Order: sequence, then structure tokens, then C-alpha cells
Amino acid sequence: MLAALSVFVGVIDVTPKKLLSGNIHQLEIFVISRLPRLLAIICTGMGMSVAGLIMQQLCSNKFISPTTGATISSAQFGILIALVFMPTSTLWSRAIFSFAAAIIGTWIFVWFIQKVQFKDVVMVPLVGIMFGNVIGGITSFIAFKYEMTQALSSWLVGHFSLVLKGRYEIVYLTVPLIILAFLFANHFNIVGMGKNFSKNLGVPYNVVLFAGLTISAMITASIVVVVGSISYIGLIVPNIVTIFKGDKIRGTLADTALFGAIFVLLCDIIGRIVIAPYELPIELVIGVLGSLIFIALLFYCLKNGRKSITLSEILNLSLFKNTKGENAA
Amino acid sequence: MIIKNLLKQYSGKTVVDGVSFEIPKGKVVSLIGPNGAGKSTVMSMISRLTSPDGGIVEFDGKDITKWNSKDLSKKLAILTQTNNIQMKLTVRELVAFGRFPHSGSKITSEDEKIIDDAINYMELKEFEHRFIDELSGGQRQRALIAMVIAQNTDYILLDEPTNNLDIYHATNMMKIVRRLCDELGKTVILVLHEINYAAFYSDYICAFKDGKVSKFGTVEEVITKENLSHIYNVDFEILNVEGRPLSIYY
Repeated sequence: MLAALSVFVGVIDVTPKKLLSGNIHQLEIFVISRLPRLLAIICTGMGMSVAGLIMQQLCSNKFISPTTGATISSAQFGILIALVFMPTSTLWSRAIFSFAAAIIGTWIFVWFIQKVQFKDVVMVPLVGIMFGNVIGGITSFIAFKYEMTQALSSWLVGHFSLVLKGRYEIVYLTVPLIILAFLFANHFNIVGMGKNFSKNLGVPYNVVLFAGLTISAMITASIVVVVGSISYIGLIVPNIVTIFKGDKIRGTLADTALFGAIFVLLCDIIGRIVIAPYELPIELVIGVLGSLIFIALLFYCLKNGRKSITLSEILNLSLFKNTKGENAA
Repeated sequence: MIIKNLLKQYSGKTVVDGVSFEIPKGKVVSLIGPNGAGKSTVMSMISRLTSPDGGIVEFDGKDITKWNSKDLSKKLAILTQTNNIQMKLTVRELVAFGRFPHSGSKITSEDEKIIDDAINYMELKEFEHRFIDELSGGQRQRALIAMVIAQNTDYILLDEPTNNLDIYHATNMMKIVRRLCDELGKTVILVLHEINYAAFYSDYICAFKDGKVSKFGTVEEVITKENLSHIYNVDFEILNVEGRPLSIYY
């Protein structure tokens, strides 16, 4: 934990220094661009991984995340609706549309997987990816029709290069939402153990389930509005932390948030170094790194045999990667 | 706990039909009967997991569906047979959830002591920090019982607690049930398939057939050749072992 913290602090220290000395010596750049970017990265990393953690726990399925649960694509759909029907809309009003769409999209998805009880855990994320692609398709169609593809593309591929003072403050919403998630962590755990289990302990199953999904949808949406789509973090980070720390949310939430922040920070630095002075969109870096880690994760699970992972899951993985590749392209 | 005229229908088919009986406090009561006789459905209705289509379950003088769920969870605990928890929780974390109805997320030092006692009572001290998905079926079942003990309710409802356990663990489970009643003064209600476990370890037996109560009474009253043959449509012999009726079927 402490070592992780020091790495984290070290990274903050190094990045601005390099930028300050490399560029003109102006504190302004730091305040207007560097600091917001750093804060946005941290909020994104924490938010996406916590959102993924909550969704995985509530649905007791390790393969659900904002990406595989149609949350991100719904949030994008919401932004497009705002762009099309309210061309003059501010960031805030777009955010509200995006929140609403993300929440509704996630609810529909979870309601659906609860109605149709899938025997195979892998079916659930597959359905989620399909559902997400359907929404994505509708989004693209509307975007084409109203000639909005250009504007929309900035939300399809997540990147931090447009994070400037005055344009990113919505990501701060993730912080109170994460705190809220921490307060209800035990509720989420109990609900994750099933309907009967939660009824026995006097926890209202449906209320907590949908409240939890709402929290993670709002976290996701507030990130999508500012940064764009960032996949994989919500899937990988909670899974890695779980392997080492277990499933008790109270105990893992802080680690998950911290690890998520570090992961995104590292990816961002890599993205900026590889083709400096230009930069790769964060979505691309995370897509490449994330899929590699995810494969490693699958092999780890195979070796340890905690979950019986079948060939179909690996197939699912490659399918998943293809989808990502298309998005990034 | 008084059960009056319970009725439950699934898509037009009546699975529980006018079930009435009274559960005596501080005793072990077993519900037995063939598959589909409605015992598990009755169990889930008296534990408010499903709501009845007719009739009433009176708990402490009040209709169980009118109880505040949180208050009820301090008085009545239910363990269903489908507890396939896939979560990576340690035994202690699971047992601590038993305190949730009482203390919410704030575990006090008093709660810690209750959790300790429950773990020791189920002889799980050495597994305390192991993840439950690494334990054997019998150990996991004990961890769940420990959670129910930590919940510290007057009534404990167990749906087929011996399911999937071998003879050794199943017998131990029944001994634990007996101790819960004798040492801790709990009222334990069980759904059981093994008639002999019911006969040896319970005080009262309620036998179901076709969604109705076929016979309710003390072990000696229910476990007779005529009753069992009628309920199960199988030939029975009743022997007497240690003053208890042992049934043999073939």
C-alpha cells in the first residue's frame, strides 16, 4: 500500500516538473492545463474502476463493467441527443442528458439479465457488449443524419488533451459519488450475495441494486462527458485487486480507486512519451495495455483454477478486443 | 409463530393449499415430505422470502408481511439451500455480515465479541481468515451457520441444511442444530429429506403431502408405519433405536 502510494506521489512530482522545464517557464500552463489534466486523470482512474467494482459486485459477475454493461455507450448516446436537439447546450446540460441515458441504459441491461437468467457467466457481458453496440449503432446513425460525426468522435475515443480549466470540472462529481459508494459498500456486498441473502439481513434488494447501478452510471457518465470513452479500467482493475484483496468492498474500494488512478496515470504518460511531442489518445494506450493484462489475468485464473474458464471465454475475449479495435480506429 | 391457511399458487397450480400449524417456541421443528409437497415453499413463506397468495403467518402476534424487514432480520434468520456464494470473502467477513441488521456497517467491539463467539462455536477459528470459496462444502455450510448465529435471532430457519453433505458432516450439522436449540434456546425450523435425521434430532415434525399438512405432531406421533407409508407411498418399517423411531424403507 505504502509503496503504491509513493509511486503515485512520485509520478505527480515528475510529470509537472518535466513539463515545466520542457516548456516555457510559466506557472499558467501548469494551472490551466497540467493540474486539471492530472486531476482529471486521477478522477477518471478512480471513478471508472470503482464504477466497475460496484457493477461487478451487484451483479456478482466478474465480467461486467461500464463497457460490457452498455453504460458507456448509453452515456455517449445521451451526449449526442443533447448535441442534436440542443445545439447550444452547455457542458452541464449535456452532462445531465448523459447521466439520464447512462442510468436508463444500465438499468435496462441489468433488468434484462435478471429476467433472463443466464447459466453461463460469459453470456452476460456478451449480451452487454451486443446491447452496447446496438446503442452505439443508433448513436452513429443519428450522428450521420445530423452531420455530427465529427463532434461526436471526441467522445468516442477517450483522451485527456482537451482537459482544460473550465471544461473538466464535472469529473469532480466522481469524488462524492465514490464516497457515497464507500458508505454503502456493505449493502452492495450483501446484495451481491443474492436476493434471499439480502432479505434475510433486512436489506431491500431492488432498492440497493438500482441505487448502486445509478451511482456507477453517474460516475461513468461524468467521465464520458469530459474525457470520452475509457474502456477496460472498470473491468481489469477491480479484478486484479480482487485476486489479492478479496471481495469485501469496504476493504478493496480504496485500493481499487488508487490502483485505477495509478494505472491511468501510467497509461497517460506512456501515451505522451511514445510519439512526443504529439500524444496518443488514452483509450488507445489502455486498449493495448488493458487487453494484454486481461489475457494475463485469464491465464492466471486458468492456472489457479479458481474459476473454470472455458474456451468460450477466450473467444469472448478476442471478440471483445475486436470491438475495441474498431472503436479506437 | 402461527401459520394459518397458507395458500400459494404458481401459474394457476396450487402448490400450497390451506396449510395451518403452530410452531412451538424453543423447539426443533422439521418439515418433511416428498418432492413437490410444498415444504420449501412453506418455508420461504414463513421466512417472508415469498409472499403467500392467501392465509397469514403470524409472528410475535403480527402478520409477517407487515413487519419491517430490518426489525424482522433481528428476530428471524433464514438459510436457503441455494447459497452458492461465489464471492471471495473471508470466513470472518461473512460471519460479520450477521451483525448487519443490528449494527449496520459500524462493527462495535461488542459485535466483534459476538462474531468471535460464533466462529468459535462452529469451530472455525483456524479458517477465520481463509476465503470461503477455498473451503469444502461442509466448512462453508458451517461458516454460513456461524453467520446466522452471529445474527443472534430467536428463530433460525434452515432449508435442507444437510443437502450435499456427506454422512459425517450431515450428522454434525444435525448435532449443531440440536445444540442451537438446547444450549442457545433457539427455535429451529428445518426442511429435511432424511426422515431419520428428522426423527432423531427434532422435537416436532410436520409432514407434507400434495401441498397440505398430512400430519403434525411430536416425533412419536408422526413417525409411524401408517403415516409414512401414506405420505411417501413406499413401504416402511419402524424400529426403535435409543428410544427414537428409526424408519427403514425399501
